[in-house]
Amino acid sequence: MSGATAAGEHGARSAVPGRRTWRLLAAVALLVALPYLPGFQSDFGRSLLTQMAIAAVFALSFNLLFGQTGLLSFGHAVYFGLGGYAAIGLMRAINHGLPLPMLAVPLAGAAGGLLAGAVFGAVTTRRAGTIFALISLGVGELVYAATFMLPGIFGGEEGITASRTRATVDFGFPLGSQLQVYYAVLLWTVAAALAMYAFTRTPAGRMCNAVRDNPERAEFIGYNTQRVRFIAFAMAGLFAGLAGGLHAINYEIVSADAVSAQRSGTVLIMAYIGGAAYFIGPILGAIVITWLQSSLSDYTSAWLLYLGVFFIVMILYAPSGLAGLIVMHRRVARPRALAGVLAAYGIALVPLALMAGGAILAIEMGYRLSTQPELGTRMRLLWMPLDAASPSPWIVAAVALVGGLLLFRAVVPVVASAWERAAARA
Amino acid sequence: MLELVTVSLLNGVVYGLLLFMLSSGLTLIFSMMGVLNFAHASLFMLGAYLSFQFGRWVGFWPALVVAPLVCGVVGAAIERYGLSRVHARGHVAEILFTFGLAYLIEELVTMVWGRNAVANAVPAVIDFPLFHVFGSTFPAYKGLMMLISLAMFAFLYLALKKTRIGLVIQAALTHPKMLSALGHDVPGVFVLVFAVGSALAGLAGVIGGFMLLTQPTLAHAIGPIVFVVVVVGGLGSLSGALIASMLIGILQTFAVAVDYSLLDLFRALGVIVSRGSPVYELLAIKLATAAPIVPYLLLVLMLIVRPRGLLGTRDV
Repeated sequence: MSGATAAGEHGARSAVPGRRTWRLLAAVALLVALPYLPGFQSDFGRSLLTQMAIAAVFALSFNLLFGQTGLLSFGHAVYFGLGGYAAIGLMRAINHGLPLPMLAVPLAGAAGGLLAGAVFGAVTTRRAGTIFALISLGVGELVYAATFMLPGIFGGEEGITASRTRATVDFGFPLGSQLQVYYAVLLWTVAAALAMYAFTRTPAGRMCNAVRDNPERAEFIGYNTQRVRFIAFAMAGLFAGLAGGLHAINYEIVSADAVSAQRSGTVLIMAYIGGAAYFIGPILGAIVITWLQSSLSDYTSAWLLYLGVFFIVMILYAPSGLAGLIVMHRRVARPRALAGVLAAYGIALVPLALMAGGAILAIEMGYRLSTQPELGTRMRLLWMPLDAASPSPWIVAAVALVGGLLLFRAVVPVVASAWERAAARA
Repeated sequence: MLELVTVSLLNGVVYGLLLFMLSSGLTLIFSMMGVLNFAHASLFMLGAYLSFQFGRWVGFWPALVVAPLVCGVVGAAIERYGLSRVHARGHVAEILFTFGLAYLIEELVTMVWGRNAVANAVPAVIDFPLFHVFGSTFPAYKGLMMLISLAMFAFLYLALKKTRIGLVIQAALTHPKMLSALGHDVPGVFVLVFAVGSALAGLAGVIGGFMLLTQPTLAHAIGPIVFVVVVVGGLGSLSGALIASMLIGILQTFAVAVDYSLLDLFRALGVIVSRGSPVYELLAIKLATAAPIVPYLLLVLMLIVRPRGLLGTRDV
């Protein structure tokens, strides 16, 4: 994860002082206008935006550990979930007459996440690397099992519910409709993202990078690496808890799935696919994965398989994530240089589409046969009617997959040389 | 009381040896390659499904040989075409790759065999009582499992410590450049190790498949516990993994059998905790209910007291 804040550094030194502020304001203005843009005007669209914002905070908090401090956690949902439980507890208290506005609920989430992060962090941050990854997994399983063992606190299988509308004070900012919830979540998301960015620029945040890159040297300068890891861990817990609090407001329920290993895995995938080496990366990942989650799962029950393939392909061929790909292309973003690259991409797209088409055909037929046998073997993929029990579509799928793969291998040198020429021009 | 202790001890040893079967391949791969294979439990699950399928086609005994071999080939392909590309990027990248692989294998298994558990019953040839203890029977398949588990330990121990190829494999992790200068094929050694580790996972899957439930969530149900075994035993130590699996197996089996809570213990000591107390619910948990978290408590405890594990020789 070297060069963590390369993009940030570049901007801070070379740009005109006011430019970044203007860009930030433009981004916020866009986010404010977003729920009124076509496609997002329904409750579904606004709910999707809300989920993206919550996921972005969660993924950013994960990346304080992973990208900034080099700690790979398989149990980050613990702090999200425990923060969520703390927040839903406060919501219930407000329902029963506590004179606080609902808008303050995420603070309880942040406090819960910070507390949990400090308690577990004291033990788990003794080690980095592989051992840390394993311990985080163990803590995750421990907490997940505990939520079922203490139904009085965690509500068992059903979870704990509360209402976000029943409050005695709201300062003229009630949380009823999805639109109001979106703006409340957006407010906290922007604040949290700015706070996390600020943290990465503090001396403590810089020490996190040092401990990630060269712990031995950091020790020699006189820093206690365990202490630095602990601080990063507690901060990550705080913001994960905040995200959990936003989740509590949005869904009005927190249950054991909030601390589950699956949620921990999803946030890891979001941060990695987005690009852990860039501050903006996890946000990109959160947006893309949340969108895939909600749209793809409508069309296919195999969407987790597609997500897994996407993740593996990114690990093998684009370890710097989507943000890394964008930065890579920005370097050759001169009209003439880019044209050659785009033309090469156009050529590569043909075998790629062939390969993907074959794979999708086989996967969809396989899923239909094994997971939905009650629907029969006749199915429809996009516009094509086909019979998954007959051999012909399987042969087509195999030919497309293998042929696409062979063609793609032949095309790779073309793309590589186009890149070389573009890099020479840029 | 004697009956409870004997039966629990026997069940604990059976469960412990099953855990060792599962963790032996993982330990092999970790100690020889430094790779923590998150897809290990998935390969175990693949072995269970393959043995179910081959068992239908050709019977149990051939399946016992073929399923692990297929898992070994899959493992070799994973190392050769995937994992070897990320070795240079360090251990975190390797872990992430195998983590993604676990997702993939779970979904592929779902695609082929469906979301529900398959009817993977104990094969008739090994489903007869071996002996009787206090009226309950001890089936032959459990005996076979114990035998295979101990054979795995003996095989790995002898292969690594007493053979020439074992020495070469050990050197591949610590001195890869020297080894290739001496004319050994280091990437080939890694492929071999990963294949053998995966085949061991597959073999465990053949036996574990019908002792547990063969369904797509099997890997996730068993994976974390296997990691606990490996950490508690000491990362990379084969004997440590054996001791840790027995320890966890016996502890968990006894915990299930004990129907008391801390509240009962306090009451016996003369301390009465009132129902309104904030810790009442925590203390009222019966040990039997808490059994699933015993391994994870052991993990956290071990980390505080002895981070390198029981027989671990190095910190990771």
